[in-house]
Amino acid sequence: MSSVRVLVLSGNGTNCERETAFACKSAGADVVDVAPIWDVVAGDKRLGDYQFLCLPGGFMDGDDLGSAKACANRIHYTPIVGTRVKLWDELLAFVDSGKLVLGICNGFQLLVKLGLLPRLDGGFPKQVASLTFNDSGRFENRWVELGCDPKSPCVFTRGIESLPVPVRHGEGKFVVADKEVLSRLESAHLVPVRYIDPDTRKATQSYPANPNGSVDGVAGICDPSGRVFGLMPHPECYLTKYDHPRWRRTPEPSEEGRGLKLFHNAIEWLKAS
Amino acid sequence: MAHRIVVGLVDGIKDAPGDNIKKRISSELGIEVDRVRIREVYTIDAGLSREQLEMLAGSVLIDPVIQHAGIDSALGGDFDYLVEVGLRPGVTDNVGRTAQESIELATGKTFAPGEAVYTSRQYLLSGGLSREQVEKMTSELLYNRLIQQAVVLDAEAYCRSDGVAVSVPKVTSVGRPEVETVSLELSDQALTALSRDRVWALSLDEMHAIREHYRRSDISLSREQFGLPKDPTDVELEVLAQTWSEHCKHKIFNAEINYRENQDQPKTIVSLFDTYIRGATQVVRARKGEKDICLSVFRDNAGVVRFNRDWSLVFKVETHNSPSALDPYGGALTGIVGVNRDPFGTGQGARLIFNTDVFCFASPFRKEPVPAGLLHPRRVLEGVRMGVEHGGNKSGIPTINGSVVFDERYLGKPLVYCGTAGLLPATIHNRPGHEKKAVAGDRIFMVGGRIGKDGIHGATFSSEELHEGSPATAVQIGDPITQKRMTDFLLQARDEDLYHCITDNGAGGLSSSVGEMACDTGGCNLDLTQAPLKYAGLAPWEILLSEAQERMTLAVAADRAERFIELAGRYQVEATDLGCFDDSGWFQVSDHGRIVALLQMEFLHEGLPRMRLEARWQESHISGIPDEPLHHGDLLAAMLGRLNICSKEYWVRQYDHEVQAGSVLKPLVGARDDGPSDAAVFRPLLDSPEAVAVSHGICPRYSDLDTYHMAACAVDEAVRNAVCVGADPDEMAGLDNFCWCDPIESEKNPDGAFKLGQLVRANQGLYDVCVAYGIPCISGKDSMKNDAVIEGVRISIPPTLLFSLVGKVPHVERSISMDFKKPGHLIYVLGTTRAHLGASEYYQQVGAAGGLVPQVRPQENLDLYRALHRAIQAGCIASCHDCSDGGLGVCVAESAFSGDLGARLELNRAPKENLTRDDFLLYSETPGRMVVSLEPDKAQEFEKIMSGLPVAAVGRVTQERNLTILGLSGKIIIDESIDRLKSAWMKPLDL
Repeated sequence: MSSVRVLVLSGNGTNCERETAFACKSAGADVVDVAPIWDVVAGDKRLGDYQFLCLPGGFMDGDDLGSAKACANRIHYTPIVGTRVKLWDELLAFVDSGKLVLGICNGFQLLVKLGLLPRLDGGFPKQVASLTFNDSGRFENRWVELGCDPKSPCVFTRGIESLPVPVRHGEGKFVVADKEVLSRLESAHLVPVRYIDPDTRKATQSYPANPNGSVDGVAGICDPSGRVFGLMPHPECYLTKYDHPRWRRTPEPSEEGRGLKLFHNAIEWLKAS
Repeated sequence: MAHRIVVGLVDGIKDAPGDNIKKRISSELGIEVDRVRIREVYTIDAGLSREQLEMLAGSVLIDPVIQHAGIDSALGGDFDYLVEVGLRPGVTDNVGRTAQESIELATGKTFAPGEAVYTSRQYLLSGGLSREQVEKMTSELLYNRLIQQAVVLDAEAYCRSDGVAVSVPKVTSVGRPEVETVSLELSDQALTALSRDRVWALSLDEMHAIREHYRRSDISLSREQFGLPKDPTDVELEVLAQTWSEHCKHKIFNAEINYRENQDQPKTIVSLFDTYIRGATQVVRARKGEKDICLSVFRDNAGVVRFNRDWSLVFKVETHNSPSALDPYGGALTGIVGVNRDPFGTGQGARLIFNTDVFCFASPFRKEPVPAGLLHPRRVLEGVRMGVEHGGNKSGIPTINGSVVFDERYLGKPLVYCGTAGLLPATIHNRPGHEKKAVAGDRIFMVGGRIGKDGIHGATFSSEELHEGSPATAVQIGDPITQKRMTDFLLQARDEDLYHCITDNGAGGLSSSVGEMACDTGGCNLDLTQAPLKYAGLAPWEILLSEAQERMTLAVAADRAERFIELAGRYQVEATDLGCFDDSGWFQVSDHGRIVALLQMEFLHEGLPRMRLEARWQESHISGIPDEPLHHGDLLAAMLGRLNICSKEYWVRQYDHEVQAGSVLKPLVGARDDGPSDAAVFRPLLDSPEAVAVSHGICPRYSDLDTYHMAACAVDEAVRNAVCVGADPDEMAGLDNFCWCDPIESEKNPDGAFKLGQLVRANQGLYDVCVAYGIPCISGKDSMKNDAVIEGVRISIPPTLLFSLVGKVPHVERSISMDFKKPGHLIYVLGTTRAHLGASEYYQQVGAAGGLVPQVRPQENLDLYRALHRAIQAGCIASCHDCSDGGLGVCVAESAFSGDLGARLELNRAPKENLTRDDFLLYSETPGRMVVSLEPDKAQEFEKIMSGLPVAAVGRVTQERNLTILGLSGKIIIDESIDRLKSAWMKPLDL
């Protein structure tokens, strides 16, 4: 069994790095480093030294050019100090070396805007989807229920049927460049998590169960390998039973929060591979 | 030449922000618009090639899946009118800064000084609109003339000119203005005029004290030796005015007051602060002995208390009222990111863990016209809400507690209280985390944002009433991302032991931060030559006083400076060496090789003469009893719909209250996550079950009867709320924020002495209850001029005290929410209800004057709170909710509908004194009361813990979704569906 090393990339307005790192650690990662992107730019931290890259939630660059857009620019154009290699080259090499990437909220927006999700053809990444303003036109913090696709290749959602989690975003509505993208996502089961109606347990378009109006209830998507996954809700905010808003009313199945399961899956997969 | 890139959404993508504006135009202005679309404009004033611009418009500045862009030409589309809103020169442009960073990276071109990106926003309006209507929505909704500029074009003019003309809001100025020498050898009249004209807000006594100082021969001699004129420089006078401002020196709270109550003999109070606030804390700490949790009170930017052996808790609440009145969005945003820097700059630097916000507004549904110079309360409310949303959410700090209070008198000035807590290691590098000290020889570093004219005279401005000509420079726009980068960097610098001392640049800017830190060493030599400016043309005094945001000042040992600068560079944070701290006894400032200020440290900090004020207070008696209500069910629904009682979910949802994964009792609770929590419980350490409760109390209505009880009730409410959720009443710390109307009597302010008398009474109330409960105050702030004088009419806020509180929750498992949990649970009322209806929500609802103001009985309440805490610790309690605005009636209704359950209660059984009317029993606001529910098999244990206390079982939680209340006569007086009650409560502020 190999040792699992995780890098949680922070800076410029990320704000969930601590709990994301804690989730990785709790799920059994051997080493979890939280490092500002500037340490990678400086060459002090190298993505290649890790097996699992977490892009945590936050408000990188204040959503100023649209969520995660300025960070996508930063990744595309910033060279690693003393080299001709761009951050982008290092990130792409990491993804293509068969490792795991998880983007949560702002991190998911970044993966989509970089074209790393869904990357349907596996070729050079091109942006074919986006996350835009919630239909409500507002930032909202509320708990929603996710239903998982058991046929999805996603490494992270294996064995999970459904999951209550909070959303906390203003730009979480998933849209696609054209209908074909959506049908290919569906046919390849690249939508591991959808917003569902808590009563019917079916994917829903109705507010607030679907908090942002995402097409087809899409809450997150993965690439065809299932190793790169991003979602708008925050599983790292459900670390213990006490994080659930209604633990005082309905007994929780375990002390451990159900959001941690995604991280367990990732670490177990890495330990097994 | 500057170029414009205009970015719009492609067809088929919903323009949700545009739809929101459309909705607001309709609801706030009553104008119906068919469609509003929004476009973003980047005006790039930098030498870029056509190819570079095309790359920006094709990828860097747009999201190609949902947006398209045009360069320097009209981007088609159907509309009738276009309104473009941009910033005035010098106003912080956060999006412009981010765009510039992206452009520089993508093009590989570093912008030259003076080159920049400016952003503006276009609103494309469709529907049969008149120009007049468009201009109304522009001035009343889309822009604020103080900080923005707007262009209105109809479609024809827009096509004719092929879009909006390029305009670059660049600050233009020449050279650096000179330093001026100002003689104070003037008549009293001229001195007064000088102070007023220069916005120094110094009194004649204070001007005299300064003049006397400069007349001293030893001072003249020193000045001569340093090559300075005998008369003061403008830099020195500005620094003195700022350091001696009400905002910084709390002159009113430290004044000698001649106080007369009713017909009693007058008495002298030397410093309200020392007597009542610090005084109460001293008594409490001495009595607590080893159980005292205070670590640092009243001396740092925020108070510090012990959380556990390894961690300390830092807490501060500030107000940002005047700027929020002028620009609600910018004022509130700056308020929250500004108060963030207080705990951040406390001790050796604390990591920020939560925010709490309390707002006071006039009704957003006001129909009468608003006086000139004031904004409509609806606009104030929405701007403040959004400012705090952006400030809190973008900083990654959960907003977990707060409230919104409505009273028509907040029309003149809204109150915007912003609070932040931080977590500080108990020990850092073998020193107590809450201690810090600059050392002579340390370098003075300024870190973070650049200096501009923003906020100059903010400290003195906030010490004045609002008037029509209030300066726009008082308004700033905060930049949470620049601040986040700075705090990320500084926490790393702290952990690497790179500095000795840290403080924030808030009111008074460098003058204040460096001036205060120089007290550690006994002097400083500050050099402004290298000070990073946003634009040229600032005079030395402006650089010193600028309140430009996102800046901290640090004392860095000379041998750590290199690493400090290197680390700052890595985090893309600007850090500038501005001289050194020394033990010379002088606050010395130089600029480009010449000394521009030389102030004796002792005079700067101790030379202010104590203010002498008159205060009197006269008890008043108003009587009047309302008729009995016709229908109790309708009355309850109406009470639930009152602005001060109804749901604030609209706010809470838009604030991230869960980031950092510590919110174990959220602001919204219950079966459907929409019940109103009494307080929040936050678990700051992910690997520990220990938690902190944060709550507050605020009762400005009671000020109309007696500010003593207003203050006493505010303290009680904060304590009660925290106890309800599981905090230990013996491990709490409080924080006072007084917002008052001008308490200095003058011709313009004829009842100033009474307002000061009210302040004295409030301090006495605070003292008595804090001492009785054993709650130390650890920090606080006052804001004394919350008046607006418009066209000769004075609008004064009701005297308002916000009492904020943190309390230890030993284990999250024992934290309690307010919603009823299960049918069959027993309902108890804790605490005696008395006829406390004066200034109650009920009396306001029915328009009744008079009545007895709610009064705290501290010992009775404390016994009850301690017993309740024991019952919570014993696991007896399923729900607990406090009775506050709207009393028992509102309390049980909220617990029922939040739990999605009904309840049946017999009022007769509730502990009470001298009450014979059902409406009085239901809506009296006697403090010290709670409603709890529990499993029947816990009843015996609970009743044993509560024995001897005013506690009674009054009913049961029911499956049936009705709230059924039997009145004193034993007959059913209320039998209402909880859905009806909930809907009455949810609706009013669902904006």
